[in-house]
Amino acid sequence: MSATTESGDPSPTPSPGGRGSKSANESSLEGSSTEQGPRDRGGSGEAARSAGPPQASAAPSGGREPHAVGERGGLIPWLMSERPTSRRQAAWGRAYGAARTFARNRLAMLGLVIVLALVFVAIFADLLAPYSAYVGDLRTTRLLPPSSAHWFGTDDQGRDILSRVIHGSRITLFVVVLVAVLAAPIGLVVGTVAGYAGGWVDATLMRITDIFLAFPRLILALAFVAALGPGITNAVIAIAITSWPPYARLARAETLTIRQTDYIAAVQLLGASPWRIVLRHIMPLCLSSVIVRVTLDMAGIILTAAGLGFLGLGAQPPMPEWGALIANGRLYVLDQWWVAAAPGAAIFIVSLAFNLLGDGLRDALDPKANQ
Amino acid sequence: MQPDPARPTANATATGGAALGAVPEAVKPASRNRHGRFLRSFGSFLAVLFLTYLGLLAVTFFIGRVMPIDPVLAIVGDRAPEHVIARVREELGLNKPLWQQFYIYLSKVAQGDFGTSVLTSNPVMQDIRRTFPATIELATLGIVIGAGLGVPLGVWAAVRRGGVVDQIVRVLGLIGYSVPIFWLGLMGLVLFYAKLGWVGGPGRVDVTYEYTLTPVTGFLLIDAARAGQWDAFGNVLSHLILPASLLGYFSLAYISRMTRSFMLNELAQEYVVAARAKGLSETRIIWAHALRNAMVPLVTVIALSYAGLLEGSVLTETVFAWPGLGLYITNSLQNADMNAVLGGTLVVGSVFIGLNLLSDLLYKLLDPRTRVR
Repeated sequence: MSATTESGDPSPTPSPGGRGSKSANESSLEGSSTEQGPRDRGGSGEAARSAGPPQASAAPSGGREPHAVGERGGLIPWLMSERPTSRRQAAWGRAYGAARTFARNRLAMLGLVIVLALVFVAIFADLLAPYSAYVGDLRTTRLLPPSSAHWFGTDDQGRDILSRVIHGSRITLFVVVLVAVLAAPIGLVVGTVAGYAGGWVDATLMRITDIFLAFPRLILALAFVAALGPGITNAVIAIAITSWPPYARLARAETLTIRQTDYIAAVQLLGASPWRIVLRHIMPLCLSSVIVRVTLDMAGIILTAAGLGFLGLGAQPPMPEWGALIANGRLYVLDQWWVAAAPGAAIFIVSLAFNLLGDGLRDALDPKANQ
Repeated sequence: MQPDPARPTANATATGGAALGAVPEAVKPASRNRHGRFLRSFGSFLAVLFLTYLGLLAVTFFIGRVMPIDPVLAIVGDRAPEHVIARVREELGLNKPLWQQFYIYLSKVAQGDFGTSVLTSNPVMQDIRRTFPATIELATLGIVIGAGLGVPLGVWAAVRRGGVVDQIVRVLGLIGYSVPIFWLGLMGLVLFYAKLGWVGGPGRVDVTYEYTLTPVTGFLLIDAARAGQWDAFGNVLSHLILPASLLGYFSLAYISRMTRSFMLNELAQEYVVAARAKGLSETRIIWAHALRNAMVPLVTVIALSYAGLLEGSVLTETVFAWPGLGLYITNSLQNADMNAVLGGTLVVGSVFIGLNLLSDLLYKLLDPRTRVR
């Protein structure tokens, strides 16, 4: 893949992507986290700076950012400054440090590239797919083995499997994004509220979380889909319902440590309401670890969605969902193995990419968790 | 299966955190005798068990009731006259208030009555009793393979950190977390059954043996061995080995990774240095000292991944046409046989919860440090 060449040089090409996405959430932390710079979260930037050999700073000479108000000679020293003069500088510096740690991790960069490629393919599926994903020629192109005309072969209805896999990327992306958007906020709210409120609120919420955590996720998702009726939206809902508890646990654990800090006491003295404290001062700090966790869970989400599709409970037949494609290929697998092979490989590659990306993000944002 | 690395510790912080508010109370029991504390933790274990089961029952009940398919219509058809519908509704108890229905549901489940399966027209409990041994047989062999290989691999990877085995464990783990199990199963069937002919195909046993084996325990391996039918035993094993190694691989991916990190943790402890200074052999230090301490969290990891295998067998059983509980559930799902689905969900859920909580309890029992605290 092209990733090896890209990750060869430390930061110029890769960092815009990594930095841009991360700083989006990092900068939202700036309101509260500057006060506790030397605390754990600052550690990520610190670790990156001490670990990062200075030779890397030679490469990114093409400074770009229009917002770079580099006073002391250029963008990089501004970002790497040990004494940030503004909140924004501290936040950007931290993001830059994390991005550099991330960019040094070749496997993580490979994951990022694959995920970006997935997004690209999903957006331009109509242009990239060589044939129609829904209509095939039953007379001439049924169950053809891989060839130059049909790279991954054709299925039982004469449809080009490559085109169907390409269109299936949209469904995968849809599922992943939707589950993340549904499950992460639920877990975040439950966890932070439980952690901050304490007492019976905490006990009740955590007991509910434990109950959900003790459930078998796939079976529960199956039962939910059975009740709601098969379909991709219901599959997403079922997966989201069963996947929020780990985020709640995580957010609660973070909240318990944050709750004791001085700046929370200061905000309390200023008369901020509990909701305001939770929403504005605690939740942003839990965000980065939850995001790491969500990224690590993406592979599981993809696999569960594909499993539901495989059992015929996710996306319904004409839709080229990857799991459903495998279920279709299963009927012919002993003689025409390629029908099932390509979509499975696609699931594998994308899940692997999310795992690598998640590992890299964890190492970059939270060096403590790395054993 | 993924959330588990942090679980035992997360639990510890959870209980620790809850006690933070009431410090004096948390301190007091520490001065009591050990016995009472154990009883207390066992009592809270039972309470949690009860609550969790109640939650599971509530969820299955809820799923059964909000289902868009009206159970009355499923029985009488959509052309039945109004009064027939009303009568059936009354017979099923659907006209009662929800809490009353829930109570009836609870008491029925407590008697092991999950209703009748529409698909097989047997009581669901009977079906489950017939299919569950197949699943247990598969998952047990899977965990034996997974733990038997995963633990030594993990230890090896930790001892030679950054070496070849370490890389292999890493790659195995990554692939295990990323590959769809049903797809790997399909490809395994194509390769080992269709192309190479090394293993038996789908199903538990060849048709020739299907009726000569008398099911006593329901575990075909044991049945065949007891009857002394060694050719049948070999046949059963050839069918079992591929799906079991598949499940075993997935637990291996997880177990070896966890073993590695536990072992790294232990090997960094001071008692290891002390043992080395004493002149103990490296083998003894690793296997007798470090691994023994690492076993404490490992037991819970293995229990959890066993529970995960019981659940994960749903997809594997579908691929291998394995007549276990998972296949039973999916077949029922496709026929909107809600009694069977919920019964199966309850049984798998119960076993899962049981193992889950048992592993928590085991953790507390085995690790003296968590008791002292």
